[in-house]
Amino acid sequence: MHDTAHAVHGAPTSFIRKHVFSLDHKVIGKQYYALALVAALVGMFLSWIMRIHLGWGNFAIPGLHLLSKTGAPSNVMTPEYYLQLLTMHGTIMVFFVLTTAPFAAFGNFFLPIQVGAEDMPFPHFNMMSFWVTFVAFLVLVASFFVENGPTLGGWTQYAPLSAIGAVGGPGQGMGVVLWASSIAIFCVGQLLGSLNFITTTLDMRTKGMSLMRLPLSAWAWFITSIMGLTAFAVLMPACILLILDHVAGTSFFVASNLVINDQVLPHTGGSTLLWQHLFWFFGHPEVYIAIVPGMGIVSHVLITNMRKPMLSHRVLIYSMGALAVLSYMVYGHHMFVSGMNPFSSLAFSFPTLVITIPSTIVVLMWLGSLYGSKLRINSASLFALGFISMFISGGVSGFFLAQPSIDIMLHATYFVVGHFHLVMGVAAMFGIFAGTYFWFPKMTGRMMNESLGRLHFWMSFVGAYCIFMPFHYLGIAGNVRRYQAFTDDYLIPLIPVHKFITIAALFTGFAQLIFLYNLIHSLFWGKPAPNDNPWEGTSLEWSTATPPPHNNFGDKLPVVYHDPYQYSVDGASSDHVMQTSPEDLKNAPDEK
Amino acid sequence: MATTVHEPVKREIGRSLSQGSGNGGWRNLVPADGDVRRVKEYSPPPASTGIWVGLAAITMTFAAFTSALVVRQGSATDWQHITLPPILYFNTLVIIASSVALEIARRRIAAFMGGPRDKNGDSAASPARWLHITLALGLLFVAGQTFAWVRLRAQGFGMAANVSYAFFYVLTVAHAVHLLGGLGGMLRVIGKLHGHFPSGSVLRKSTLDATSRYWHFMGALWLYLLLLLWMKL
Repeated sequence: MHDTAHAVHGAPTSFIRKHVFSLDHKVIGKQYYALALVAALVGMFLSWIMRIHLGWGNFAIPGLHLLSKTGAPSNVMTPEYYLQLLTMHGTIMVFFVLTTAPFAAFGNFFLPIQVGAEDMPFPHFNMMSFWVTFVAFLVLVASFFVENGPTLGGWTQYAPLSAIGAVGGPGQGMGVVLWASSIAIFCVGQLLGSLNFITTTLDMRTKGMSLMRLPLSAWAWFITSIMGLTAFAVLMPACILLILDHVAGTSFFVASNLVINDQVLPHTGGSTLLWQHLFWFFGHPEVYIAIVPGMGIVSHVLITNMRKPMLSHRVLIYSMGALAVLSYMVYGHHMFVSGMNPFSSLAFSFPTLVITIPSTIVVLMWLGSLYGSKLRINSASLFALGFISMFISGGVSGFFLAQPSIDIMLHATYFVVGHFHLVMGVAAMFGIFAGTYFWFPKMTGRMMNESLGRLHFWMSFVGAYCIFMPFHYLGIAGNVRRYQAFTDDYLIPLIPVHKFITIAALFTGFAQLIFLYNLIHSLFWGKPAPNDNPWEGTSLEWSTATPPPHNNFGDKLPVVYHDPYQYSVDGASSDHVMQTSPEDLKNAPDEK
Repeated sequence: MATTVHEPVKREIGRSLSQGSGNGGWRNLVPADGDVRRVKEYSPPPASTGIWVGLAAITMTFAAFTSALVVRQGSATDWQHITLPPILYFNTLVIIASSVALEIARRRIAAFMGGPRDKNGDSAASPARWLHITLALGLLFVAGQTFAWVRLRAQGFGMAANVSYAFFYVLTVAHAVHLLGGLGGMLRVIGKLHGHFPSGSVLRKSTLDATSRYWHFMGALWLYLLLLLWMKL
């Protein structure tokens, strides 16, 4: 039983306090979702014009010069502008979509409800976390409009290119400063959010809600928040040091006597590897920050639609925890070709192979639980299945990349691009979609259109494979990533593959517009949810009104009597027993 | 001046406390007699947990700065050793004194909140006085740090002079920024103690404890940083 006084704040009355500067975790969750949606549309638009350029290099994209006169004269992008768009696509998608939507958006809305709390313990911090993140997004987007545009250094911003200033190329001056400022601000927002998530999970659980009775989605958000707390706390100082190299004349990351464009730079003694260590100490856990919430959401969705719990609740939780711990021990596998000691490569390779064990266990848990179940097929469960498919397909290529001898060959090729897009990008997006279709009725009181949802799934599923599986082929063929044109003899035969990928990307992007239409149309004109529990779920979000009231549960906090997934229990009064039901389940194993 | 003391909010539980199992873990054990207040022994208030979580994040941040310093020092031969400004040692005494003052304040306020009032009366001014002293010492520490930065710059040792100076500024400024956050927390505690916040906004013991933990951590962090700077710079 928690001390609820910390979370109590009166229901807002003014528009500003209700919808803009709201303390309500549910409103903040929706704000995060809206931000992620806008960011995803920007990121997708950037990927479209990049793919068109890769398929048909001289094709003039109407209106592109409006985005940048110098970067796209005559509506054809320059090589530098291609790299600038590439950087912005990666940054926006990783930080403002894959981190924001599955963790901050859904977590904010549902974590307090799933633990049985009225709100997060620090609502003001929670509100700040969103608005700080929003400012971070504005700062990043602002770099489109400064002289020479955004940075071209890639979302990893490797030094020394990122630290040498404007001499390094378009966007390497103010563009990098804005990028690093944006990410540092973003880190502050995520730290505030993680603080709330951890404290909510530990201290705000209602009576009877032991840790093992938390739904898998709540566990995933809890584990992710711990990762976020430790990873973003390291990225932030790295960004501060990078900014200082630009604005204060320091030499953290730039070595002595570096000559760029015939200029000897004034920096001395900096370590380029230092940036990589700091960045990837954040960067690899970030992969799991993006994917672990999806694991939790997908598990939650699948269980509800399978009408039976996972083979082992505990094993799934422990596996997600193991992924979190190991994610800090493997980051060096991103640096196999950085020139670090070969023995270090071995030291990072081993845990990289070890981390496949909990990943495999999670997958086997899903597949084993699905086996023999009478799965209810709907948009949410389809996207959950799609998540598993993408996670496996993308994960398998990880086995190869984990070994330094193979990674040296495949490093910086499209093989890597295909790997991380499937396992981290598309899989996480499918997790977001599964969560959206599943929780939309609870969040809005309306149902999404099921036919459009299924169409969205099949187009996305087929389209994603058509985009990213050929990437692996391109990588094996030696196609280096980040090239804006393929003029070498060995690359010219691969251009048709790029054209095919571009068509698939446009097709898949169109499917997302169907989703957007479905989302907006259903929000205002969708069929009202038939009741508070349209999927016949058992966790606490289905015990309260739809949409939930300001304090989530009305006058009474719920009391929890059961594990989160009591489905098809022998002797029970129905095929699902709510966590709040006092019904005595003699035949149900209770994890407590 | 009115002193506001936290009373636990009474909240109705969904069902009778004796009904069903409902004993989900050590944090949620509810006494059989239904005395919800006793549950606080098992479940710490969010401010208590939250401050530890926050301190963990700050620890990670300074660990990152530390590892950057160690790696950068070892990566090239341009590292210059510097003599720390003497005022830093005075500042160290100041921040230690502030921690002592805060601990006295915390104990007096805790006694004031929880136990019978002392024979000198029930005025909140007495416990608050030590908070004012802590606040003043904190401001003195920040002023002393600022003096060190200004003095170094005046001597021509700005951030760009050498990376060792850059680390000096980064670490000390980052610490000062976090310490200013502690001063803000202290002002909030003093304000609540004096009833300057809207009605219903009460000073909780957990808030006081969290603020003091944060402040003591800032003191310990400074001692660590001073040792690091002394050894490495």
